[in-house]
Amino acid sequence: MESILKIEGLSKHFLLYDQNKLIPSCANVDLSVHAGQLTALVGPTGAGKSSVLKCVYRTYLPSGGRILYRDAGGHRIDLAQASEHHMLQLRHAEIGFVTQFLHCLPRKSALDVVAEPLITRGEHREAAQAKARELLALLNVPERLWAVPPATFSGGEKQRVNLARGLIARPRLLLLDEPTASLDPATTDRVVDLLQSIKHEGVAMLAIFHHPDLVRRLGDRVIELAPPVAVSDILETCAS
Amino acid sequence: MKKILEVRNLTKIHGRGCPQCIDSTGPEADTNICPHCGSVVAAHGVSFDLHAGEILGIMGESGSGKSTVVKTLYFDDAPSAGEAIVFDEARQWNLFSLNAAEQRWLRNHRLGMVYQNPHLGLNFNVSAGGNIAERLLMSDLSHYGEIRERARRLLERTEVLPERMDESPKKFSGGMQQRVQIAKALATQPPLLYLDEVTTGLDLSVQARILDLILEIQQELNTAMIVVTHDLGVIRLLAGRTIVMKYGRIIESGLTDQILEDPQHAYTQRLVASAL
Repeated sequence: MESILKIEGLSKHFLLYDQNKLIPSCANVDLSVHAGQLTALVGPTGAGKSSVLKCVYRTYLPSGGRILYRDAGGHRIDLAQASEHHMLQLRHAEIGFVTQFLHCLPRKSALDVVAEPLITRGEHREAAQAKARELLALLNVPERLWAVPPATFSGGEKQRVNLARGLIARPRLLLLDEPTASLDPATTDRVVDLLQSIKHEGVAMLAIFHHPDLVRRLGDRVIELAPPVAVSDILETCAS
Repeated sequence: MKKILEVRNLTKIHGRGCPQCIDSTGPEADTNICPHCGSVVAAHGVSFDLHAGEILGIMGESGSGKSTVVKTLYFDDAPSAGEAIVFDEARQWNLFSLNAAEQRWLRNHRLGMVYQNPHLGLNFNVSAGGNIAERLLMSDLSHYGEIRERARRLLERTEVLPERMDESPKKFSGGMQQRVQIAKALATQPPLLYLDEVTTGLDLSVQARILDLILEIQQELNTAMIVVTHDLGVIRLLAGRTIVMKYGRIIESGLTDQILEDPQHAYTQRLVASAL
């Protein structure tokens, strides 16, 4: 089966000018993600797991390597090189990202926050909100909170809103960065069920999980990352 | 996606200029004033594309040239060099080769501008409704009742009480004046809108509601916008892509989240690190 995402020799480092430092984040990452399967990234803190996801989403500019994505039309695109407009279009239509933290408009109700990705794709407001209600209920978000902006929610409640928002539009490729980090066991089970059913629908996932147990339950492939070799010497050339 | 604006090598020099102006200014020279002739190189070599329905942020400190860019694109200021093309349905407008009448037509029909200073965007000698009527009249609507009704609806949309449409904007609060400006700019439903520091100097709660309004409008009308600001929060909230300017030059451009989380240029790194 052909992969949806194939990463070859990806590396990312940060050049911090003020401190004159080169900080390596990940190096020589190779992996593939297939439709209907989940590839799990594991490794200690600082191994660059989140950096890999952010490079795929292009929140980080990769320093080296290739991120080959096969789009809905069957075209291969190197996301490391794709134009900004192309990336925006892919984010809009094909690639979703669920992080640990909810970044959203501060004054929108939880229901609207969840429904928004569908509305921007042209779905009717009522239909989008109906789907959002379904997902919020499935993820145990109390109904009294649906009309309230998520800013005042607890960590676990925010995370569930965030998941609902990320899953509602059924992307082709879903990036998950510890989506269950602050959920109780019962809700975590619901999330696992939900992710399983999305896998069956053919969504490809690249994920980081807090618990090894989740990797075991959901992962089809496991990629272990090691922290990159530290660059202790300060680069004199940075400033020039 | 459809391209709506293409800007290539836009340059604006205030002063007589000399052959050394360009080489002696910019981020490397750490100034925008030419040491040889004293001219100010407000912008040089600015190029970018804007697609329909997209919001592009232009970020930079005072004197970076970010306002100069939109001023030339709105004919408030004549550029010294460069090219800008507006793609409007089947037509193409080469902005800097239009005559005065064509410029006026384009401004009145297909472009909109909201200024930081409401005095620049509004006529304080006529009522709020009159300001909008002025723009509607210039865009060929002439039936009194129809104009008044459109103005009333626009003010309602931008949350200005219709009861106050016959008052002068002089009496309005800063936030209300910005709302009237937005209503006026949108009166002709332009496909391209410039917003120059529109929330600067307003109370935080007022700022927030203006930004909400701008986002709602962008979603409803699919208006392409250029948002000029020094405020990283405004950029984060509104813009999909961002250009960073310093001393008249673009020093970095990218997806907004990338500019904020993985800035490549030393100056942008400092700018992001100094945000509250």
